[in-house]
Parts: sequence; C-alpha cells; structure tokens
Amino acid sequence: MEFRDYYQTLGVGRAAQADEIRKAYRKLARKYHPDVSKEPDAAERMSELNEAYAALSDPQKRAAYDALGNRYGAGQEFQPPPDWNAGFEFTDGGQSGAEAEAFSDFFSSLFGREQRRAAAGDHRMRGADHHARILVDLHDAYHGATRGISLRGARLDESGRVVPEERVLNVQIPKGIRDGQQIRLTGQGSPGAGGAAPGDLYLEVHFTPDARYRVQGRDVHETVPVAPWEAALGAEIEVPTPSGPVRVTVPPGSQTGRKLRLKGRGIPGDPPGSLYLELQVVLPAADTETARDLYRTMAREMAFDPRRTTGV
Amino acid sequence: MPRDEVLIGAVLDEVTLSLDELARACAVEPQWVVVHVEAGLLGCVRGSTDEWRFASAELLRARRLAALERDFDANEELAALVADLIEEVQRLRAQLRVANRSPE
Repeated sequence: MEFRDYYQTLGVGRAAQADEIRKAYRKLARKYHPDVSKEPDAAERMSELNEAYAALSDPQKRAAYDALGNRYGAGQEFQPPPDWNAGFEFTDGGQSGAEAEAFSDFFSSLFGREQRRAAAGDHRMRGADHHARILVDLHDAYHGATRGISLRGARLDESGRVVPEERVLNVQIPKGIRDGQQIRLTGQGSPGAGGAAPGDLYLEVHFTPDARYRVQGRDVHETVPVAPWEAALGAEIEVPTPSGPVRVTVPPGSQTGRKLRLKGRGIPGDPPGSLYLELQVVLPAADTETARDLYRTMAREMAFDPRRTTGV
Repeated sequence: MPRDEVLIGAVLDEVTLSLDELARACAVEPQWVVVHVEAGLLGCVRGSTDEWRFASAELLRARRLAALERDFDANEELAALVADLIEEVQRLRAQLRVANRSPE
C-alpha cells in the first residue's frame, strides 16, 4: 500500500492551522464537487479530498498521522507499524461509516480502529449503508440483465482487523429500470457489530451514453436518417430500435425534425414509454456527374425557394 | 457468498424508504430528515397511512444536501438552493441531449 500525503492532497504545509486546512479543503471541494465539476476525475479527486480532510481536520487523527508522516513521502510503500497508533484515541469526528466507504485502504489501515473496537465489543451496531453508481446499457432496461459490478471496500477478519476487499457482485438489473433510479440490496453494506444486522447497498443506476439513443424518463428518442425521396414521397423503412428492428412508414411530405411516435416502444413499464423517431433528411453527395445532373434537373424543373416558404 | 449468486434488489420507486431507513442511508440522524422535510427543503412521498416515505429522487437529494452542509458548513437553505440549481442544470442538460445538442 502506498503512503498518502494528505497535506499534499489539500495543498497545505505541515504546519497549517486548522482554519487554513478548512479553507483549502472547501476551495478544492468546490472545484471538484462531482455535481458541477468539469474535471474528468472529479469524483475520485473529491473522495481523496474527503479522506485527507477527515484525517487532518480531526486533531487526534492528525496528531497520529503526523507522528507517522514525518518518516514517509507520498507514494512510498507503506505498512502501518504494529501498534503505531498506541496512545492515540480516535473518536468519530463526524465521519460516518457511509462516507468512509470510499476511503482508501491506507486510511482504513490507519483509522479503522473505531470499527474494529466496535466489532470486538458487545456493543450492537447496525452496519453502515453503502452507495455506488453503476452504468448499464439501455438494452438492459428493455430486456433485464445480470451485471457483474466490482466494488472496493473493507471488511473485518476473524480477529477484528480491517482488511481491504474488492468484491464482485452479480446484480440483476430489472427490466424497466430508469436512469437515476436506485436499487437497494439488503444486507450488502458494512457488516454489523455485536451481531447486529449489516447495512444495505444502494446502487444508483445510470445509462451508458449512447450515440444512437437519448433517454428521458421512459421515453427514448432516436434520430433516423432518411433520403430526400423517402421523406418527400413517403416510404416504408426499417429502423433499428432498442427492442429490435421495426418497419416504419414515413409519411409523404416529411421534413427534417418530424417526429414519429411509436407508443409502447420506449422503456417497458406500466405504462411503457414511447419511442420517438426524429427524421433527418440527408442529401446524397453531388460527387458524380450523374448526381450533379439530377440536382441540376431538380433545380430547373422544380419551382422551389426554401427561403420563401420559411418566410426568411 | 458464492461467486455465481445473483443478487436481486428492490428498485426504489417501486418500494419506498421509511424515515429511519432514509436517515441511515444518508448517515444522518432521523431528526435531520424531519427538520428538512418540515422546512420544505426535502420532498417526500405520502404513503397510504399519511406516513412519510422516500424514493430514488429523495434519496439522491437528501444525500446531496447532507454532503453540501457537511463539506461547506452550509446552512440548510443555502444547501437546498445549491441542490435546486444542480437539479435544474441536470434537467436542462437532459433536455439538450434529447434535442440532440451537446450539453457542453
């Protein structure tokens, strides 16, 4: 495991006052807040910041960390010395088990002691709930699926030590799931202490961004390219949809932007959503003499001024 | 747990959370939830018995409010205002996506 330099993470010196640490944390928390940040690794950075702040904002944890930190540099291979934290008493500085879920193995190995003690004693305490975001394909919402997801966490071994653990769960993604919905897996959170029940795991479901389909609630939108003659004369065309290819009638006189609604072809449910096909007229390239002739013929034979019809 | 076991969860919205379950999921005291619902900062779904129940959207919002209050020492109204703005931006981005324009 690598040593983590929490001072470096927050960009403050080792002698920084509590107030300076708080200011540095808030400034960075604003920059990397996952809801607003444009940084690609915002969620990861935010969890590093939370971890660093949890260690340095608590005077007891900071003192214990400082006692170690003088001997290590960032990225250096690190094993906590036995009883390294003897003489330090940690109280829960407002950092809950749920938040601590995302913290590194490094943090758990240093400050997991509270949890260990709680587990060893006869104090009954329900395990903390955990949260994770998962991406699933739109296809899964149509058909249902089983997806393997891997989560990083920690568990307690027989002697009550915190051991980092990566676990893979096979989770059923139910048919009809919508973007933003949460799946609750009972008993898959932290183990309880003293025989109490374990916590739950909540999975926040989002769809993998898809070049073809846009989703809004249960409705699905898809852009369908059509040839000018299909749009003008009407046609029966085959369109790929999340529930398989569908034959669709393009009404004569269609223009770009016309929406065809296929009721019940959105995400399944009660009621199921609709699939909206938005027509987009695509012009063939005028890259051969024949094609250019055809365009010239249209220009000559058709009295058509698009500016006049749209009133520009 | 055997590796090939498939976990079947409950989809929030089809089931809902009680006040205590929501508090636990957000790592806050139940009283925190009561204060926020009574102040109109957090919504709830009324059950058949007029009991407060909470679904996916409320869980997301409650966790966001709790994180804003904690990370920035924000007061409740300010955290709610930020959450409102985040939700509005997300709604607009979703609309842009449907209109097939890049949200950036």
